[in-house]
Amino acid sequence: MTWSAALPLLILASSLVTGLVIFFLKEQSVLLRTVLNLSGAGVKLILVGILMWGVYQGQTFEARLPLLPNIELVLHADALSLLFVSLSTVLWFVTTVYAIGYLEHSPHRSRFFGFFSLCVTATVGIALAGNLITFLIFYELLTLATYPLLMHRGTADSRRAGRIYLTYTLAGGALLLVGVVWLKALAGPLDFTATGILAGRTDLNPDTLRWIFLLLIAGFGVKAALVPLHGWLPISMAAPAPVSALLHAVAVVKAGAFGITRVVYDVFGVEFAASLGVLMPLTIAASITIVYGSVRALSQDKLKPRLAYSTISQVSYIILGTTIVGPVATIGGIVHLVHQGLMKITLFFCAGNLAETLGIHRVSEMNGVGRRLPKTMAAFTVAALGMIGVPPVAGFISKWYLGAGALDANMPWILVILAVSSALNAAYFLPILYRAWFMPATGAWQERLERGRFETHWMLLMPPLVTAALALLYGLFANMDGSPLAWARLIAEREYLR
Amino acid sequence: MTVTDFYALVGVALFVMGLSALILRKRDLQRILGLNIMGTGVFMVLVTSALGQGQPADPVPHAMVLTGIVVAVSATAFALALSLARERHK
Amino acid sequence: MTLWWSTLCVAAPLLAAVLLFIRPKWMAGIALVAVTLVLVGALGLASVLHDSGPQFIAIGGWGAPLGIGWRIDGLTVTMLLMAGIVGWPVTLYAHGYFGGAAAGRHFWPLWMLLLTALCSLFLSNDLFNWYVTLELLGLSAVALVTLSGKKAALDAAQRYLYTGLVGSLFYLMGVALIYNDYGVLDLAVLREVTEPSLALWVALGLMAFGLLVKSALFPLHFWLPAAHGSAPAPVSAILSALVVKGAFYILLRLWFDLVPATLPDAVSLILGGLGAGAIIWGSLQAIRATRLKMLVAYSTVAQLGYLALFFPLSESGQWGDAALTGLVYFMFAHGCAKGAMFLAAGNLQRAAGHDDLVSLAPTAQALPVSMFAFAIGGVSIMGLPPSGGFIAKWSLLNAAIGSGGWIWVAVMIAGGLLSAGYIFRVLSLSFSESGDEPEPGPELVPVAKSSEWASLLLASIALLLGLNALPMLDLLSIGLPRAG
Repeated sequence: MTWSAALPLLILASSLVTGLVIFFLKEQSVLLRTVLNLSGAGVKLILVGILMWGVYQGQTFEARLPLLPNIELVLHADALSLLFVSLSTVLWFVTTVYAIGYLEHSPHRSRFFGFFSLCVTATVGIALAGNLITFLIFYELLTLATYPLLMHRGTADSRRAGRIYLTYTLAGGALLLVGVVWLKALAGPLDFTATGILAGRTDLNPDTLRWIFLLLIAGFGVKAALVPLHGWLPISMAAPAPVSALLHAVAVVKAGAFGITRVVYDVFGVEFAASLGVLMPLTIAASITIVYGSVRALSQDKLKPRLAYSTISQVSYIILGTTIVGPVATIGGIVHLVHQGLMKITLFFCAGNLAETLGIHRVSEMNGVGRRLPKTMAAFTVAALGMIGVPPVAGFISKWYLGAGALDANMPWILVILAVSSALNAAYFLPILYRAWFMPATGAWQERLERGRFETHWMLLMPPLVTAALALLYGLFANMDGSPLAWARLIAEREYLR
Repeated sequence: MTVTDFYALVGVALFVMGLSALILRKRDLQRILGLNIMGTGVFMVLVTSALGQGQPADPVPHAMVLTGIVVAVSATAFALALSLARERHK
Repeated sequence: MTLWWSTLCVAAPLLAAVLLFIRPKWMAGIALVAVTLVLVGALGLASVLHDSGPQFIAIGGWGAPLGIGWRIDGLTVTMLLMAGIVGWPVTLYAHGYFGGAAAGRHFWPLWMLLLTALCSLFLSNDLFNWYVTLELLGLSAVALVTLSGKKAALDAAQRYLYTGLVGSLFYLMGVALIYNDYGVLDLAVLREVTEPSLALWVALGLMAFGLLVKSALFPLHFWLPAAHGSAPAPVSAILSALVVKGAFYILLRLWFDLVPATLPDAVSLILGGLGAGAIIWGSLQAIRATRLKMLVAYSTVAQLGYLALFFPLSESGQWGDAALTGLVYFMFAHGCAKGAMFLAAGNLQRAAGHDDLVSLAPTAQALPVSMFAFAIGGVSIMGLPPSGGFIAKWSLLNAAIGSGGWIWVAVMIAGGLLSAGYIFRVLSLSFSESGDEPEPGPELVPVAKSSEWASLLLASIALLLGLNALPMLDLLSIGLPRAG
């Protein structure tokens, strides 16, 4: 096996093997488990780095495994997969650190970290998938691997969340399966190609293609929390914070959005899809989701559900960018994949810190907490400002490009959507910031005043600081080579150039 | 109607009678007898097919019937033993 | 050479059965050797098939119409492989499960007889020989059900026996009618000679009815849940994974070689409809079941419905091959997955002393290996990747979509989602309110390590089938049966 085929497989193996080994570790072998976890994540980081450097030099990396006659499992590294895989790998590393700290003394940690590693394997598989069938396989694996994490605490809330999650995601997976099989039966092998494999196919019935598009988008839309398929997301807040962070910033939600991006760009081709007339309904759905999510977030007093509705809203920015024809909007959507991931994970890490260290679950309890947890709240502030779209945090860059792209495509009403959404974001984030920094402390958490050397466990503190810093840096230095913006520009170039 | 057809019809009739006994009767022994009669019916049909194939009687159906009888005996024995075991359990 | 390999498959378990009746010592060991020999024979046949293509063997050198013929093609070898591959972990499991108890003494020779019957059924190509093997299969299966000696098991066994005998007799009546008209029993000869006529239709109808009763197709499935639910765990695994496939295999052979092309579409549609009914009804009953083994047994009823979906799909021209591939792969994957699920359920039942779902949670948390085996088996049953069940579902969906059979697509998708309903019902037992330590439940009977790992082994095979489909499909395509 050549190196170019082995590398993608190794990247998958680094978390798969780790996960399988961790399952068999005894609960008490904390040190061994921590070492395995971190070294697995570290090895993956290094391998992904090598992958990126190789692709930058012009090498191709591809692994193919035949499954059925005419159907192959394909792992392929192109610019879009690199974007997602690097995001996943970096965020997995920090989330692993966070989870180790968060779950100290919790039961069933071997089981948790085993499935955690399987989750990341599935996500990386989704990122590196080279055709729809591979994407589908890892997509369903993700459902299976995230279920035990959701159910981890075993409480009645967790069980309910698990049931609802499964109902939504399995139904979505079934729709996706039908769409993929149909497309394969119609059009043959489905390898992702930069301008879309269906673009030149005049022999295919457009109505059939529209139905297939609907099935695929519906299947992906469940995980991407597109309204009205979003119902599972707020309820799954019953999971522990590292799970919410992973699900909302990296794995599940992004997998859905990534799937939609792949379908529009690399299966149908954005211009072909526009000519079929399927993009406008999707634009409308995304716009509705953006506004709906923000409106619902306003009325949530509990912090995690507020962040959940915010996610529903923000992920649709990515979908919005995908559906507007034009390189500028494409850049905005794709780069938001990275930026939103960083900002949202920071917010969830901070929410987890508030809950773990001080027992705070509601916004109304957050008065004055900025003095008690200054670094955590600083990270929260940076991320929240990014969500609103305040420069120089990265969120501003994505919104700018989306707006410019909408103007390019003669859709000025989208600017209204963006503006309304930003205003709503401000409406539900700014009060939190005001309470935390400018109001005197009144909550019951005041009794919990013991402070260690840091304001909270270092493993809970470092990750949000790292991700917030990245969000800031990617905004400040967006024009540098190697920033997410530069990658997004590269992807857009390849999509629109013949 | 030839003699062959008549015997074949008798066989079918036995089959149906045995089946109805199996379905309608409640007691184990009656059901087992019904199964046996069903089997006998099939064997009759088989034997009559030995006649229809030309002048010398065809030995193959006879072999089939013999095998069938052996199977039926073992099955009956088993069914009876099972019925006894259920009796003992009450 | 071919004769040696095929004889090995039949002779090894037969000799083992005789040996185990006479001298019940080293029971598990002898059985394991016999199953291994069956696997060796099957692999030998596979390589012969690869080199020389499909073959027909006349036993003792006596050809049709007097002699009994055996047939070796891709389908035969795949079924033999399935028997060996599923039988091996089950044998290993049974060793830990029975551990020398009285019930164990009778299990081994009966299991070997069952395996003999199954292998000779798969090899055979003669209508009456099939009757004999069906009876042998049925009788040993019923005897295996009675092993626990409990009242429920005896009642279930009796119902199984009566139903099975009725099925065989209907089949035999059909054979008698065919012999009456054509004077031949060998399928290869009959394929050339038969012409559509009322007598043929009646005979086929009788045979099909008998075989469908033995394959437990809805609504003739009524005997299955009780029998599979109250048998000891390794027996349930053997029954669900292998025995029901035997009768269906005969039906499949008849479909290809005897049923004329002029069969009205209505017949295959009805069969498909019954299959759909099985899927929906079986899944709903499984969701409502209160006992774990009954849940798994109803799951078998549902999954057997997928087998019947083959009939409408096979009529679809170029997609017929995909349908057959999907069907055979389904049988294989289901055998492994369902076997694993029953073995895991057996572990849970042995540990807790009961299998009532409401109170099984502490046991489930104490046996993670078995639960993992159940989970992997469940993934295959649901048709989720990366399992053999997914490959099968893909092929069947491909055939359905390609031929425009949208109703079957809807049925399969609904079946997948419903199966998730009952599978996750069991899996959620692993996660329950636990503070720092799981509540100390009632005393748990220790379960042999070999039993737990045997269930995981079988489940892993179901998983591997999903990743290694091509060699299997190559094998299957040699001498692929085609209707006509």
